[in-house]
Amino acid sequence: MATATLPPLTKKDFQTDQEVRWCPGCGDYAILSAVQQVFPELGIPREKFVIVSGIGCSSRFPYYMNTYGFHTIHGRAPAVATGLKLAQPDLEVWVATGDGDALSIGGNHTIHMLRRNVGLKVLLFNNRIYGLTKGQYSPTSEFGKKSKSTPYGSADRPFNPISLAIGSEATFVARSVDVFQQHLKDTLKQAAAHRGSAFVEILQNCNIFNDGAFKDQTDKEARSENVIQLEHGKPLIYGKNRDKGLRLNGFDLEIVQLGNGITEKDLLVHDAHHPRPAYAFLLAHMEHRPGFPTPIGVLRASDELPRYEDVANAQIQAVIAKKGKGNLDKLLHAGDTWTVK
Amino acid sequence: MATLTGITLPDSSKRKKEVVDRAVIRFCGDSGDGMQITGSQFTNTVALYGNDLATFPDYPAEIRAPAGTLPGVSGFQLQFSSGDVYTPGDAVDALIAMNPAALKMNLADLRKNGILIVNKDSFAEGDLRKAQIVSNPLEDHSLDGYRVFAVELERLTRAALAETGLDAKTMDRCKNFFALGMCSWLYNRPMDATYRWLDDKFKNKPLLAEGNKLAMKAGYSYCEATEAFQVSYEIPPAKLSPGVYRNLSGNQALALGFVTAAEKAGITLFQGSYPITPASDILHELSMYKDFGVMTFQAEDEIAAITSAIGASYAGKLAITTTSGPGIALKTEALGLAVAVELPLVICDIQRGGPSTGLPTKTEQADLLQALYGRNSEAPIPVLAASTPGDCFWVALEACRIALKYMVPVIILSDGYLANGAEPWRIPEQSEIPEFPVTFATDPATYQPYKRNPETLARQWAIPGTLGLEHRLGGLEKQDGSGNINYEPLNHETMVRLRAAKVEAIVQDVPDAVPAGDPDGDLLIVAWGSTYGPITAALATQRKEGRRIGHVHLRHLNPLPKNLGEVLTRFRRVLVPEMNMGQLLWVLRAKYLVEAEGFNKIQGRPFKQSEIEAKIEEVLG
Repeated sequence: MATATLPPLTKKDFQTDQEVRWCPGCGDYAILSAVQQVFPELGIPREKFVIVSGIGCSSRFPYYMNTYGFHTIHGRAPAVATGLKLAQPDLEVWVATGDGDALSIGGNHTIHMLRRNVGLKVLLFNNRIYGLTKGQYSPTSEFGKKSKSTPYGSADRPFNPISLAIGSEATFVARSVDVFQQHLKDTLKQAAAHRGSAFVEILQNCNIFNDGAFKDQTDKEARSENVIQLEHGKPLIYGKNRDKGLRLNGFDLEIVQLGNGITEKDLLVHDAHHPRPAYAFLLAHMEHRPGFPTPIGVLRASDELPRYEDVANAQIQAVIAKKGKGNLDKLLHAGDTWTVK
Repeated sequence: MATLTGITLPDSSKRKKEVVDRAVIRFCGDSGDGMQITGSQFTNTVALYGNDLATFPDYPAEIRAPAGTLPGVSGFQLQFSSGDVYTPGDAVDALIAMNPAALKMNLADLRKNGILIVNKDSFAEGDLRKAQIVSNPLEDHSLDGYRVFAVELERLTRAALAETGLDAKTMDRCKNFFALGMCSWLYNRPMDATYRWLDDKFKNKPLLAEGNKLAMKAGYSYCEATEAFQVSYEIPPAKLSPGVYRNLSGNQALALGFVTAAEKAGITLFQGSYPITPASDILHELSMYKDFGVMTFQAEDEIAAITSAIGASYAGKLAITTTSGPGIALKTEALGLAVAVELPLVICDIQRGGPSTGLPTKTEQADLLQALYGRNSEAPIPVLAASTPGDCFWVALEACRIALKYMVPVIILSDGYLANGAEPWRIPEQSEIPEFPVTFATDPATYQPYKRNPETLARQWAIPGTLGLEHRLGGLEKQDGSGNINYEPLNHETMVRLRAAKVEAIVQDVPDAVPAGDPDGDLLIVAWGSTYGPITAALATQRKEGRRIGHVHLRHLNPLPKNLGEVLTRFRRVLVPEMNMGQLLWVLRAKYLVEAEGFNKIQGRPFKQSEIEAKIEEVLG
């Protein structure tokens, strides 16, 4: 086969000649670089990739990826991508979106894409601010956020993207961070391997309008105390000295200090394949609790449910198998007819 | 023995069979009385007999308003004839009213001395009160001007079904078939087509099929036996052009048109849709055609309905989305995207009364300007309108052909009247249907996303998965050819003009306007959409009286036929009847600076032939 002799794809194959127009220092560059590194490693021909985006800084993503791409309208990327995937289920379709795009104007499409389990990979760039419209608060901004549109502080509580995804019973929910390149790439690879909807929240710094939004999670000094890295089958340990852990207390999580008779054996072991989404939700909800660490990694990965596009296409195939391929003349003559001579 | 009152027929035992050339009948009753089924069954029988016909189902927006009340009244009108039929008819010859509310709501349309069959069992005091009727019309002589047959439909149906073992409630539900049996006798129609339909519908409940058949038979026998009906009517078959016919509603016709278009294009159909009255039947219909590879997607909302279709179009499907006016409002931004990315897409607007929720089940044609102009910025879209239920098939086909040939979104305007109304439709031979196979771009050496066909200005269609044609589409302004983002002032103007020129180029596919009736003269009627029927009927009558009138019925509303301006000058006056405040009128006046005048009806109901005629007489004196 001709393709067998082609050299393997490299990062360069996924770069375009378009000038990248994100602000210098934007976290989006790191995400773009990670994706361009991961795609050639997936063993998928380049022409099978499609990146679909909505509107916002992150949604310029398709222009910088040398694949098929569709920069659509605000909030609608999951719906466009659903149509695309129904039409051609074998395409590798990734959705690039942001906190405003996916959770505000396009919230409806996000939850329905996830409940249907359409085989899309969703990269939600969460910078907790509206960048492209220059600095209004977003649905993920913290309560009391002072922004251009909320000079006295926002009055609404934020969405937690991964909680919302788990609530929609998404079959794959993960979180990573723009500057954690290796972790990000590993997470993207796991998302790529998932057949159903894969939802990845990426904490992303907007150095212009919301600089340092995630500094507690990314600062070298602070991050080991504030971030817990989830790995399937491993106990929930974190801390600079790996001396803190999470365990179950009734229906709740609690932080424990290792030592004084408390060992790793007392800790919760991460189970990304837990059949109930409640466990992942407990982890996701830590974000709202002072003193608790931010979970990153794969919170939930359960690939047992069929993909929407497969069910829909199988239905068509089953009908054709049963009735034979439709005959147009027969269709037009269906029902009661009469002849005029 | 039933009591019959107000009979004005001579007392003769000899039954007369009178041959007439047309009849208009209307079934009306409670939403739960099965009037739509009764009407469509009688329609089917009439169609199979070979009459020309037109129907007008008229039902409330409420699924089941409280039984017996005025808002719950549902009706189905049918005109059938041995001659041409263009409308469901103005005045009703026979009215079947299942309760006092139905009688009250519909009596005004029954012509003098017309036949009135009422269900006498539903005229108790409580029934009258629910219909807000003070005095019992069966007793107060208010119906003296009609041939009234007050029949105990419930008692007689129960008697006929006594042996079946069905419970009383179920038996009562069969009374509409008793009434249908009476109509079958009255118009000398066989009942076997309805029997077949019942057998099929209730194949798992044979007892129900049997009950309804018994009720129908009893209704027929009742007329035969009581001798109350002194006359029955015979309406010979119509002289339709030769061919095989079926009865078809507008929404069914659209669905068949889309499946046909996909076959003729050599690709498969994708429909993204969100349920909305009166468009949902297209989704119901297409969801059955999976054997044609049809993919139907019931989206989470109107926006996802169109954007999923845009995604499917990007992937190489013949993509459509179907809705009504409120849905178009929600899809507006996505329509602009389809214009910008130049992908083929067909959007159906089955218009209903508005604004806002308006009159969901009633007809109107007030979305014309929305279809033509209702988008931000310069976003021209070709617009086609269907004129009869059967025409919906051909318009669907033509819209798809244009969308694929020019790589554009195309809007189809239909309306509630066409959607639910039915007419005999001559099934086309395969050779009568154009083929328009699509070709996708495959050559990386020559491919550019916005390289255009010089004749149609269409760009090439390259679908994801094709080796070497990776490209990016989007709503941002782009450079022609490469498709790269470009914000330069002059480039923007070039692109705006290109998109407009592309839609203008479609005029090469628009046939010249040829007036029906007179080619020049005193009055030109210019119209579009479902007003075709009453205008055509009115034109025939008025021209017989010596008036020189032409009629141009526009299928293409954008672009308009290139000779339309010239045709307008051939007539002394121009009249534009519309079920809106004058939207086509506004377009014609703006574009051709013509002194056209409007004739507008905004009542959620189609024009009557008599209304058009009266207007013609008023205009021409």
